[in-house]
Amino acid sequence: MSSDHRTDAPPRDVGEQRSADWAEEAVREAEQAEQAEQAEQAHPHGRGRTIREQDVLDRIDKARRRKAKVKEERITLAHGAGGKATQTLIEAVFLDAFRNPLLEPLDDGALLTVGDTRLAFTTDSFVVSPLFFNGGDIGDLAVNGTVNDLAVSGARPLALSAGFVLEEGFPVADLQRVVASMKAAAEAAGVSIATGDTKVVERGKADGMYVTTAGVGVVERPVTLGAAHAKPGDAVLVSGPIGDHGVTVMLARGELDIVSDLASDTAPLIGLVDTLLDGVPDPCSVHMMRDATRGGVATICNEVAKASQAAIVLDEDALPVRPEVNGACELLGIDPLYVACEGRMVVVVDGGAADDALAAMRSHPLGEGSRLIGRVKDDPPGLVLLKTGFGGTRIVDLLVGDPLPRIC
Amino acid sequence: MCLAIPGEVVEVQTDRPDLAQVDVGGVQRLVNVGLVLDEGLEPGDWVLIHVGFALSKVDEAEAKAALEFLESIGQAYADELEALAESNID
Amino acid sequence: MRFVDEYRDAEKARALAARIAALCEPGRQYTFMEVCGGHTHTIYKHGIEDYLPETVQLVHGPGCPVCVIPMGRVDDAIALAEQDDVIMTSFGDMMRVPGGRGSFFDSKANGADIRMVYSPLDALKVARANPEKQVVFMAIGFETTAPSSAMTVLRAAAEGLENFSIFCNHVTIIPAIKAILDSPDLRLDGFIGPGHVSTVIGCRPYEFIARDHGKPIAVAGFEPLDVLQAVYQLLLQLSEGRSEVENFYTRVVPWDGNRKALQAIGQVMELRPYFEWRGLGFISHSALRVKEEFASFDAERRFSVPGVRVADPKACQCGEVLKGVLKPWECKVFGTACTPETPIGTCMVSSEGACAAYYNFGRFSRERVKEATRA
Repeated sequence: MSSDHRTDAPPRDVGEQRSADWAEEAVREAEQAEQAEQAEQAHPHGRGRTIREQDVLDRIDKARRRKAKVKEERITLAHGAGGKATQTLIEAVFLDAFRNPLLEPLDDGALLTVGDTRLAFTTDSFVVSPLFFNGGDIGDLAVNGTVNDLAVSGARPLALSAGFVLEEGFPVADLQRVVASMKAAAEAAGVSIATGDTKVVERGKADGMYVTTAGVGVVERPVTLGAAHAKPGDAVLVSGPIGDHGVTVMLARGELDIVSDLASDTAPLIGLVDTLLDGVPDPCSVHMMRDATRGGVATICNEVAKASQAAIVLDEDALPVRPEVNGACELLGIDPLYVACEGRMVVVVDGGAADDALAAMRSHPLGEGSRLIGRVKDDPPGLVLLKTGFGGTRIVDLLVGDPLPRIC
Repeated sequence: MCLAIPGEVVEVQTDRPDLAQVDVGGVQRLVNVGLVLDEGLEPGDWVLIHVGFALSKVDEAEAKAALEFLESIGQAYADELEALAESNID
Repeated sequence: MRFVDEYRDAEKARALAARIAALCEPGRQYTFMEVCGGHTHTIYKHGIEDYLPETVQLVHGPGCPVCVIPMGRVDDAIALAEQDDVIMTSFGDMMRVPGGRGSFFDSKANGADIRMVYSPLDALKVARANPEKQVVFMAIGFETTAPSSAMTVLRAAAEGLENFSIFCNHVTIIPAIKAILDSPDLRLDGFIGPGHVSTVIGCRPYEFIARDHGKPIAVAGFEPLDVLQAVYQLLLQLSEGRSEVENFYTRVVPWDGNRKALQAIGQVMELRPYFEWRGLGFISHSALRVKEEFASFDAERRFSVPGVRVADPKACQCGEVLKGVLKPWECKVFGTACTPETPIGTCMVSSEGACAAYYNFGRFSRERVKEATRA
C-alpha cells in the first residue's frame, strides 16, 4: 500500500492518522513538572502577560537543572559521544546507583587519600575504529589516554593495568603491533603496565579488539585541581591545535572518501604538565587541567562552567586549528570545538599566572602551539560564550551526541 | 541544502572527466564535476562543492569585485570617521 | 581558507553595520526573512545580529528541508530501513529526526542497518560493494541537492545497478515562499534569498516576489559578510523605493542557474501534485518524485511503505515559527518539553532549524552577555 501522494488531488480527508505518543507524553511531563515548580508564581504564559525572553531563558535554565532521566529504551551511539546524552546517562544511571563522595566530582580521576598520601585513580576504555591510523593506534591511545588522565589530576603515574577483549579471528600480528605501541608509549611516559587481563569473544564482536585500562598515580604537589575550581578572572589555555585526532580517525574510516596528511595528536602529557607546574610561581594557581578527548574543548569548557557555576568566554580568533582540520570540518559541516583530541590539554589558571603558564607550556615540545583562548567570568553562570571572529557573540552548548556531518 | 564549500581543482581524472580531485584547505576528495564541465575545467579552478558534487565554478573576477565593493564601504566608512574626527578639532 | 575567510572580516562588518544603521528610518521596524537553513545557521553561528540595530529583525522561514519532512515520512523511511535485506544510507542531518516512533539512531540501536554518508555517490559505492543487499538512499534537500540525487540515479542506471534506489523527499523552495507570502498574519519587508538553491534555479524564479508582492529580495552567500551585505542592500532598496531581485552571490550564482543541473532533475524527477510540509500543511507542486522511466530506482515503488500520516502534537507551534510569526522562545514548549535532546517539532529537529539554532547558539540575554564579552 503506497502513500497518498500517488493520487492527483490533495486529500480532503487525510485518511488513517496517528499521533506521536512519545511527543504527547513529553509535553504532558514537562507541563506537570512546571506546574509543580511554579505553583505560587505566575506562569510566564499567563493570561494577558507578554512573554519576556528572560522569563523563557530562566525557565530553560530550570528545566536543565531538573534531575537527569534517560528517556530512551535502548542505548544509542549518542550515549557514548561525551555530550549531553552521555552526561544524562552517567548522572541518571551510574551516579544515581553508585553515588559516593569519591565519584561525585566526576573529574578525570578520583582522588583517594591513604594516610598522608593522595592517590589519583582513573579508568578508561578504548574502542576506536579503525585500530590503526595516521599517527598511532589503539595501543598508543590506551597508554597515553590513561597517563594523561592521571597527569591532569596532578599525579605522577605509577602503574597501569590493561585488559584486552579480543575478537575471534583477530590476527596475532596485529595484536603484537598494538602491544609494541603500548610498550613504546609506556616507556616514553615513564610508566609500567603492571597487571592485565585477556578475554576472547566470538567473531563479530569487539571490532577486532577493545582495550580497557586503569591507572594509579601519586599526587605529590600541593595542588587542588578540578572542574569546580575555576574562578572569575582565570585564563583558559589550550596546549596546541585542536581536532587533529578526531578528524584523522573520521577520515581513516574511509567512508567519507577524504584524504589528507593529518595525523592523530596522541601523546603523553606528563612532561608538559610537569613543565607547567614547575614554570608557574605557585602551582596552586593552576585550577584545572583536563585532556581534551571525546567532546573536544567545547565539552570541557561546559563542564567547567557548570561545575564552577561561572561563565567562560572564548575568543574564536585565538583558537588554534590546523588548516586541514578546518578544511575537513568546513566540508563536513562540523565544528572543531567539539572534535576529539588525544594529546592536548585545556588549562584553567589564575589570571595573574597566565603569562608564566603560557611561556612554560610553550617551552615544551608538546606545548609549542599553546594559546590563551578565553577567560572565566562570573556571569552568566554555567554558560560558555564565544566571541566570533566576525565580532558577534554566541553560546557554545554541549552537543547531544557526536558532531555529525551535515548537508544543510 | 546549503552547506557548500569552495575547493580548488587539483586534477581532473583522465578516464572519467566528470570526476576531479578537489582540495579544501589541505584535505582532498574526488568530486563529481559533471554539472560544471560546460566551460571547461582545469587544475587551479575553484568550484563550489555540495555533497560530493560541484554545483558551480567560483568566478574569481566576481569574487574580487564583491570584496572590492565591501572594501569601498569600509574605506568610505574610514574616510567618514576621519572627517568626523577632523571636524571636531577646532 | 580562500573565498571563505575574506567574508568573515570584522572590520568590514563594522563598516557595514554603520551603513545599515544610517539607512534605518527612525521609528520604523524592519523585518527580513531568510528561507535557508544555512542562513539561519550562519546568522547564529557568527553572531550577526550583534551588528544589527534593534529595529531590524531577521526571521527564519521554512528553509530547512530536514525540518519540513513530516513524521509519517520518517516512519516510512524507518520501515524501509528495518527490512531485512535493506541498507539505508542517509546524510547525518536525518539521524536524529524523530518520526512517530523514533529516529534513525533509535532504529539503528534496534538493529536496522543504517549508514551515514557524505554524498549519494557514497551510497552507490555501498550498493556496488553489497550486491546481495538492497541499498536505499534517503534523498532530502531543496533544489540544491536534487541534482546530486538525479545524477546519482543516472549513474546507477548507466552501470545497470539493480540494488539501488532513492526514497525521494526533495522539496522546492518557491511554493514555500508563496505560502509565506499568502499568509495573512505576516508582515515582511523583504527577503534574503537562498544562495545555493540559486546556483541551480537561478534568480528568475524570485521575480514574482518583487513584481507581484512588492518586496525586495537580495540573493546572498553564506559567509557572515554576505548576510550583512544583503541586509544593507535590502534597506537600500527600501530607502530608494525599489523592489527588485538582486544577486549578491555572483561569485557562484548565475542569473539563469545551472542548465545541466535542471536538466538532470527534469530527466529523473517530476513534481508531485502535492506534498505535506510539517508545520505548513499540504502545498501543491512543492516536492519531487522519481519518474516512471526510473521506477526501479524509486524506493517507494520497489518497496511498500506504510504511508500513514502522523499528526504533530497539539502543543507544537512550529507552523507559526516557520512562518516567522512566532520567535522560537515564544513557543510554549520551547526549552522545556522541546529541546535539542528531545525535539518535539520540526524547528528543533535539525541543527539549522530556527529553534535549534536559537537554543544552541543564541540563547542568552543580550545585556548580561555584553558585559561578559567586554574584553
